[in-house]
Amino acid sequence: MIEREQVLHVARLARLRLSEAEVEKMAGELSGILEHVDRIGELDLEEVEPTSHVVALENVLRADEPRPSWPRDVVLEQAPDPAEGAFRVPSPQAE
Amino acid sequence: MAELEAVIGLEIHVQLSTRTKMFCGCALSFGDEPNVHTCPVCLAHPGVLPVPNEEAVRYALRIAAALECEVAPRSIFHRKNYFYPDSPKAYQISQYDIPLASGGRLGEVRIHRAHLEEDAAKTIHLGESGRIHGSGVSLVDFNRGGTPLVEIVTEPDLRCAADAGAWARLLRTTVRQLGVSDVNMEEGSLRVDANVSVRPAGSAELGTKTELKNMNSFRFLERGIEAELARQGELVEAGGTVVQETLHFHPEDGSLTPLRSKEEAHDYRYFPEPDLVPLAPSEAMLREARESLPELPEARMRRYEGELGLSADHAAQLVAEPEAAAYFEAVCEAAGALEPRVVANWVTGELAAALRQADGGGPADSKVEPGALAALVGMVQEKRISHGSGKQVLATLVVDGGDPAEIVEREGLAQISDSGELEAIVAAAIDANPDAAEQVRSGNRKAIGAIVGAVMKETKGRADGGEVNRLIGEKLGL
Amino acid sequence: MSSELLELTVAQAVARIAAGEVSRREYAEAWRERAAGDDLNAYLLRTEDGAGEGEGPLGGIPVAVKDIFCTEGVETTAASRILAGYRPPYTATAVRSLREAGAGVLGKTNMDEFAMGSSNENSAFGPVMNPWDRERVPGGSSGGSAAAVGGGLAPCAIGTDTGGSIRQPAALCGIVGLKPTYGAVSRYGMIAFASSLDQCGPLTRDVADAALLLEALQGHDPCDSTSVGIEGGAGGPGREDLKGLRFAVPAELGGDSIEPGVREVFDATLKRIEGLGGEVATAPLPHAEHGISAYYVIAPAEASSNLARYDGVRYGLRAERAGDLLEMYESTRAEGFGDEVKRRIMLGTYALSSGYYEAYYGRAQRVRTKIAADYAAAFEQFDFVVTPTSPSVAFRLGEKTDDPLAMYMSDFFTVPISLAGLPAISIPAGLAEPEGGGPRLPVGFQIAAPAFAERRLLDAAHALEGEIGFDAKPGGDGDG
Repeated sequence: MIEREQVLHVARLARLRLSEAEVEKMAGELSGILEHVDRIGELDLEEVEPTSHVVALENVLRADEPRPSWPRDVVLEQAPDPAEGAFRVPSPQAE
Repeated sequence: MAELEAVIGLEIHVQLSTRTKMFCGCALSFGDEPNVHTCPVCLAHPGVLPVPNEEAVRYALRIAAALECEVAPRSIFHRKNYFYPDSPKAYQISQYDIPLASGGRLGEVRIHRAHLEEDAAKTIHLGESGRIHGSGVSLVDFNRGGTPLVEIVTEPDLRCAADAGAWARLLRTTVRQLGVSDVNMEEGSLRVDANVSVRPAGSAELGTKTELKNMNSFRFLERGIEAELARQGELVEAGGTVVQETLHFHPEDGSLTPLRSKEEAHDYRYFPEPDLVPLAPSEAMLREARESLPELPEARMRRYEGELGLSADHAAQLVAEPEAAAYFEAVCEAAGALEPRVVANWVTGELAAALRQADGGGPADSKVEPGALAALVGMVQEKRISHGSGKQVLATLVVDGGDPAEIVEREGLAQISDSGELEAIVAAAIDANPDAAEQVRSGNRKAIGAIVGAVMKETKGRADGGEVNRLIGEKLGL
Repeated sequence: MSSELLELTVAQAVARIAAGEVSRREYAEAWRERAAGDDLNAYLLRTEDGAGEGEGPLGGIPVAVKDIFCTEGVETTAASRILAGYRPPYTATAVRSLREAGAGVLGKTNMDEFAMGSSNENSAFGPVMNPWDRERVPGGSSGGSAAAVGGGLAPCAIGTDTGGSIRQPAALCGIVGLKPTYGAVSRYGMIAFASSLDQCGPLTRDVADAALLLEALQGHDPCDSTSVGIEGGAGGPGREDLKGLRFAVPAELGGDSIEPGVREVFDATLKRIEGLGGEVATAPLPHAEHGISAYYVIAPAEASSNLARYDGVRYGLRAERAGDLLEMYESTRAEGFGDEVKRRIMLGTYALSSGYYEAYYGRAQRVRTKIAADYAAAFEQFDFVVTPTSPSVAFRLGEKTDDPLAMYMSDFFTVPISLAGLPAISIPAGLAEPEGGGPRLPVGFQIAAPAFAERRLLDAAHALEGEIGFDAKPGGDGDG
């Protein structure tokens, strides 16, 4: 019940390249899982609030006190393409 | 064809001037070397978690109070998911359907909502043409990433570009007075986007709107809106339909071009941020926000015009520059008996002009102490020195600071109060200008100017103009 | 001497080291040697450290750390190619807490990639084998940690549990695994899978050791605003009977999905509880059966967002193939992520996408509320809720890899508790023959408690553990 087009659309949203074979396989697998998941569609959940937070906490905040930043050479050490003190990437197509 | 009316709403981003970022303890920076104010959190390393900045919440509450908003008893953060190099987590922590504040008003415009979020990093494009197009590379600097922002969205209550510009200026002045942001459009601490549509005049329905971005001055804001209104108007009148899109303003030529949007660019897949707990501002925090409000522009205008008797123009000028207003009030305080109207004249007139001559800067930054100006204005009002001399003293104060009475003494600018002395000078001037005198006697009052001029020259401007005129008139038998 | 050292529980070793009877260096060396003989692929990396520094409740104890915890300067991969070679610039709070208690890091253990899996077959660095039968899985996602402790390659370990990833592998490997209440232990530095579900917890040989580790781990962390710690701490278990305690068995236990051998051990354990003075009765938990459905929407949804940062920009893998930005993103993520991770990212993205949010994510979060309410109601009448930890004993490698849904069902009993944010422990309760026959394998018994009731939970588990007397060893022939 998940069509190929939908799989491609979702893959694009998730920035995942899938081969043709993978697209087909994924459509089948996701359909199977969603079929099971769809059972929750039968429950009566009218008056029920969604759980968006598990711990009953509020207002956990941090004082506006600066603490030292990480040294730039450490920060760039792991970068795949560091250049001029920054992270180099291919240019985006549009904002 | 029915007349069209413009419908304009604004979306404003205010960068807060806290000491640290919204969700980590990195210091905010301006113009520093790239990536020197970063840490695993704002670089979105695996396993990191955000913790909100207390001061940013307070600043946001202050803005909400100034805009007369309702503060939500409980608001939550949401994730806004999208991929872009300046978004290290590939989501921005923002607020979605339960924002911190909603339903307020500033001037004639209603506020729809105000919420907290974090700023993106900076991408510097090094493409072939330096523009944002595929073939080049970009460098990402995460110093700015994570800076606290308050986003304010208005209702579409504005009806022309000029009003939008004026209101944006009012918002800026208001937020500036709160001390929560530099609100400088050129520097990016204030960003204003516009949502623009047209509809038949009198219609209650909204037309399709377009979003205008990249106008980084009030003038550009107005120009951009004007250009878009013209475009939409033409389109609609020619029978076309407006397409919803985002338009990029080009400051070089004032044109607007559509941003090429990726098909899925707008599916942000919002969901509540599980790493952050809700905000439930206490009564104490709300009270603190309200009580921290200074006198805001509207109230100040009413007081200046109403109570203090300033002209609308002078009042508006002072209100628009909070530091000038504070200076003005300091002068009034020192001046005691002087009318505020007179002080306002001097502050917005002579002093402003003198400062411009010197090389700019506001009165508060100048060497002219409020007490000094107050004394000077008093001397002129009491006719102890002429207005002209007053300007001279002011010029000296601007350059060197000091005490006006001393300067008057030193430069011998005291008005000639001895009427005998003045009479003699007037008589001499009449004798030296017989033609002019004759003209005046025969009815051409304007000719008196030459004689007045001669007297002023002789007295080096220290005579009271009105008194000189009187004496000349007396001597010529008018 | 050396093998005697290795027999000590953590609690015993700490005492001996503190008393000067056992040298810290010797103890660590013995474990390093053992770990070096790892033929289960339990470790991705072994350290030279291990002995730890300083005194404390865990002084001198080497701990095996699931490779999901960031360790500064030491490779941390979450068993993914996308983080191969990544060395974090900081250390997870949980690991720092262990170090502050005097422990050391023995090594980083293998796991299902990004904690997604129930068999440790989803690792980019090869599957882990069950010490009891090398053709079977150890469970997942903390398979490496469980195999290390179960296979005698570490005295104790920490792992993470999102839907059962500590408890289920503990059950399959015959050891103790504890998932604390959500919020008890800091998540800072724990590579995120599903933020509203992930929790760090201990895998140990007995309940007393689990309590010792939990005590060091729990606490509020200013770097994690969802952490609160456990008021009053975890305590050292203190009771030997179960008098006056009431144990609920869910009325809807799902009879035919449980292996007969597992069912037998479960029922026998219920009898033991009664023998110790505890009361056993059924309680309705009508929404627990929808746990898998809700979980497999919520967890992938949060994961799809948490894993979006792996984009090749700032660290980790960037695809070799040159191209524009879109290609860089898509190739990097296609190459770097394994199949299960991709599947869950796709599922999660779909569940959050425009037009589907309410039907999937929205509904799943409501089901979650109902499940939590079911447990809250049960806990008004009962002290604990008990089930088998896993519906089966360890299954064969490759047995469920072609059927994702069948794999997901391994978490049937563990998932509802995660959704409710409650603490639960799995203790080895006996051995059972797998369906289809073969040598007997460990069966885990799961006890769940109300939020922040870890003290009571550990007390009860300790008493039951004593009564069960599980002393079987992999490769040996104990009766359990």
